[in-house]
Amino acid sequence: MSLIIIFLSSGLFLGWSLGANDAANIFGTAVGTKMLRFTTAAIVGSIFVIIGAVISGAGASHTLGKLGAVDAIAGSFTVAFAAAFTVFWMTKMKLPVSTSQAVVGAIIGWNMFAGRATDTSALTKIVTTWVVCPVLAAVFSFSLFFLVKYLLRFSKISIIRQDSYTRVALLFVGAFGAYSLGANNIANVMGVFIPVSPFPDITIAGVFPLTSVQLLFLLGGVAIAVGIFTYSKRVMMTVGNSIFKLSPVGAFIVVLASSLVLFLFASAELQVWLTSHNLPGWPLVPVSSSQAVVGAVLGIGLAKSGGKNVDYRVIGRIGMGWIATPVVSGALSFVFLFIMQNLFMQPVFA
Amino acid sequence: MSLLFNQTSQIEGDIESLLDNISKSVMIFSAAIKNYLNDEIDIFLKRMSEVKELETSVDELRRQIRYKLYTKMLIPESRGDMLSLLETIDNVIDTTEEVLVQFDIQKPKIPKELNKDILELVETSCKAADFTVMAARGYIKNSELINDYINKTYFYEHEADRVENRIKRQLFDSNEIVSDLAEKMHISKFVELIAKLSDDGQDVCERLSVATIKRSI
Repeated sequence: MSLIIIFLSSGLFLGWSLGANDAANIFGTAVGTKMLRFTTAAIVGSIFVIIGAVISGAGASHTLGKLGAVDAIAGSFTVAFAAAFTVFWMTKMKLPVSTSQAVVGAIIGWNMFAGRATDTSALTKIVTTWVVCPVLAAVFSFSLFFLVKYLLRFSKISIIRQDSYTRVALLFVGAFGAYSLGANNIANVMGVFIPVSPFPDITIAGVFPLTSVQLLFLLGGVAIAVGIFTYSKRVMMTVGNSIFKLSPVGAFIVVLASSLVLFLFASAELQVWLTSHNLPGWPLVPVSSSQAVVGAVLGIGLAKSGGKNVDYRVIGRIGMGWIATPVVSGALSFVFLFIMQNLFMQPVFA
Repeated sequence: MSLLFNQTSQIEGDIESLLDNISKSVMIFSAAIKNYLNDEIDIFLKRMSEVKELETSVDELRRQIRYKLYTKMLIPESRGDMLSLLETIDNVIDTTEEVLVQFDIQKPKIPKELNKDILELVETSCKAADFTVMAARGYIKNSELINDYINKTYFYEHEADRVENRIKRQLFDSNEIVSDLAEKMHISKFVELIAKLSDDGQDVCERLSVATIKRSI
């Protein structure tokens, strides 16, 4: 069992880093501008990340599984470790990076090492989604901006009341954002461990049945929660005060827009509903919450000033991340798998 | 959550009362100067004490609002703007009180020939102050009319300056109305004091226009 925990550690570390960084996308402005207390944000964020991961995490994980089903636990460990190391190293080098893109690169690295074919249709679907994600977030926030502006103009509520409503709205939208983050991004944290999940199916208190995969997601969710509690505060203070200078109402729009995107790309129920009504179904793919947020901020910038104050270099940086992150992560994954197999004598594929 | 909304209602009520009291004091101020010019000193003194009471209650309300905004952590983003608005709009009621007190202490001799112009100055200055209170209400209530009120305040402030200069010219251009230089200076000082009311309004509106831009989403 202790060996299993050691092998899961790289995934848990990815979860921790996700909690530490991405929770700030949801609650950063609210906490940074003192609209919400950090403790409130951390408790609500943790609970909803775990709920989202356990209930709706399967959809996006399934797509990652199609890209490459890592079938030996040492391989899963190495793939997650390569992704985690890429995120850590690129963050240190101040390069744009996303866990979703690092994990995909690492899985492709495993496919190449194990001599498995990469499912190109799954890969195309994933890469298209990366591009669509910030664009869709921008479209949502652009539309929400005008809707909220219209509502504020005609509601005639006082500045003090608006403040109270905004706080409540930030809390609710934060809970939704955390749910969507858990549902969409748990695939990055635990996806590569699904084929080798060491847990049995169980029933908690005779009422809540949990599958082996859901148990894995619960563990990943807890790792994200630990990340939120232990490290996200300082990231939130930075987001709230420097990078994106947003008003609390602006933050509400950005969080809602980016959470909607994450939700769309994670909700199997919505996909079933859409296809049953003869509408085009969304692919369920883990996307980058940071890129969704950047897209949403750009959307507000466009709505506010017609794009005059928008820094378009940000778009270039995101585009660079789409290519650089998976390439670096894939190469590292290949090298680490080689070391794991030949130095530590562990089977990295079946 | 109901606690949050209770506090919200309390502060909204406090701000409403504060602005109401400033608005009342401006009306009483205008009536009091008319009484002074018509030698109705008893009524003038009564009105002056009413303005003093209003000024005391505005100070108390301002202190309570500041205390609640900080201790209950309300409107963290606009708190600074809100407090500076309350500080500067307080100058409006302070000026109404100060002018009446100085009239009572110094008892300037205003010649009847100047009554009409002085009343025009009082009316214009009070209009500027009225529109200032409306603009402040517009800021707090998120009204799109706020820019109209700010522009009207600026307009009446210019008008007040014009009337102020006209009265001073009448005073200093010849010795027909008043011959003694000390008296001229004395009346001129009071004309400036009355016009200060519109200047206070302009200060508030300058802050308000910046705060309004900052408040947009």
